[in-house]
Amino acid sequence: MLSYFARRVWQGFLVIVVIICLNFFLIHAAPGDPVNALIGTMAPTPEYMEQVRREYGLDEPLLWQFLRYAARMAQFDFGESLRFRQPVIDIILARLPATLLLMGTALVLSSTVGIVLAAAAAKFRDSWVDRVLTTTSIVGFAMPAFWLGQLMLIVFALNLNWLPAQGMYSLRAPSDGFGRVLDILRHLILPALTYSVYHLALIYRLTRVKMHEALAQDYIIAARARGVAEHRVVYVHALRNAILPVVTIIGLNFGFMLAGSVLVETVFAWPGLGRLFYEAISARDYPVLMGIFTLVSGMVVIANILTDMLYAVIDPRVVYG
Amino acid sequence: MTLLSPSMRTSLRLLKKNKVSAGATAVLGAVLFVAVFGAALAPYNPGQVGVGPTTAAPSPAHLLGTDDLGRDVFSRILAGTRASVAVGLSAAMITTLIGVLVGATAGYFGGTIDDVLMRITEIFQVIPRFFLAVLMVAFFGANLLNIIFAIAILSWPETARIVRSEFLSLRSRQFVSAARIAGASTATLIFLEILPNALGPVVVNATLQVGQAMILEAGLSYLGLADRNQVSLGLMLFEAQQFLRSAWWMSLFPGAVITLVVLSLNLLGDSLNDLIDPRRRGR
Repeated sequence: MLSYFARRVWQGFLVIVVIICLNFFLIHAAPGDPVNALIGTMAPTPEYMEQVRREYGLDEPLLWQFLRYAARMAQFDFGESLRFRQPVIDIILARLPATLLLMGTALVLSSTVGIVLAAAAAKFRDSWVDRVLTTTSIVGFAMPAFWLGQLMLIVFALNLNWLPAQGMYSLRAPSDGFGRVLDILRHLILPALTYSVYHLALIYRLTRVKMHEALAQDYIIAARARGVAEHRVVYVHALRNAILPVVTIIGLNFGFMLAGSVLVETVFAWPGLGRLFYEAISARDYPVLMGIFTLVSGMVVIANILTDMLYAVIDPRVVYG
Repeated sequence: MTLLSPSMRTSLRLLKKNKVSAGATAVLGAVLFVAVFGAALAPYNPGQVGVGPTTAAPSPAHLLGTDDLGRDVFSRILAGTRASVAVGLSAAMITTLIGVLVGATAGYFGGTIDDVLMRITEIFQVIPRFFLAVLMVAFFGANLLNIIFAIAILSWPETARIVRSEFLSLRSRQFVSAARIAGASTATLIFLEILPNALGPVVVNATLQVGQAMILEAGLSYLGLADRNQVSLGLMLFEAQQFLRSAWWMSLFPGAVITLVVLSLNLLGDSLNDLIDPRRRGR
């Protein structure tokens, strides 16, 4: 098992190396002077261009440039944002908590609701409950998340005026204490719901299939034969085994989830990493784009390894070769 | 339902599934028709500014309303469907091509070649593809060709893994040995003997890839990385964002078309899968 994880960590390391190569390749292969990729399209002074050129060593041999670049990346030095004139890593870290709040809320929501609904659907297989839920999940699966966000915004924020449409805080709300928490929660509802729908559909569908598999196992027959109550058979015996794959799905979809947060945060102007990514696209703030890409890749690698380890802990049957 | 025997239940379910897949096929046929002949059907020029008042609600003159520049939303949807479908189809085609080549090579030869190719595939699978697609399009320019290429180059690992596992189980079958003894070349064995037998899962996967590519394109366009010379459904949603308060129709209709197409593709893929693999039926 140890050698298995050593291999996974080695693979993660390789991914990071590939990411750094890709960044380097993009800077140099994009049309035009690499300096422009680093400082954007605004007209810079020749002195500044020269400074960037020296800083990044763009006048040196390519291999040497690459090694320097890789060394900087290894120290989380992603350069300076063109728009904010601040280190990219500082800007990213400042935006990360908002994204984690949104993702965390949505994850808790979609996993619990998805698992409960799937268990109910499995218990009442082929009933109208099962059919309605399953059909809804198929539709939820096909929708672009940001379009759903636009619709939610139109209905609940702009027409019914129930919830705020944009951002994370109101200007007039209290700036500390309980009032502030309440204000953030009100802003959180629509983006978190939008964000949850796809994952809810995913987790529902997966758990439902796993529930059907679990309910056909011998230990279920044994439990029924022992006279265990039916709801206990379904919600305890079968469900406990059916939710294991959900852990994997969440862990292995981490990159996909972060991509979803870019789109949802853009719809609701939620001030997180995703919104920063969107703003960096329109501002052509390339260092920020590459910094986010690198950091997100690192997070995905770590999430994958953690998922594997967690799986081995919660399911003792798993043996890694 | 309780009066029916289990086998009758299964056939009933299959029949219902057939109805669903017939519906999905009909929708996709209509979409394909629109993609090819949409320009001729459009009541207005989709790019023409001021064919009606600005942000006018749906009316008999403008079935799905007009946008902020007075362009006809219905005509734009017809044109946008063409671009979105074109991106979806071409990206899925390139994805499938790369995936088949990598997967077939790995599965057929095995050994070191398989090891190396699969390690590369795994690395590609871990890289967050949406972020890299954004980077590629942002650096190389937002035009349809770059968008298609970025989507395709990031989507092939899944196809490669499917093809590889098919090849692994097929390569030692007797019909392959028979062809080999009859003197067939390696290329013949791969493309004419094994690949036709692995085509089922490849087609199912390609169907799902079309939908995935359309969603990816919409996402890129929504972030402002659309080809501005070519209206697509994603670009329409990008343009709608600023006018959600005054013109909900600018958002509702293009998004509904994407959802309907992707939904139909997913349903069709599911039924194709049942057709190929009867063990999965009724799930």
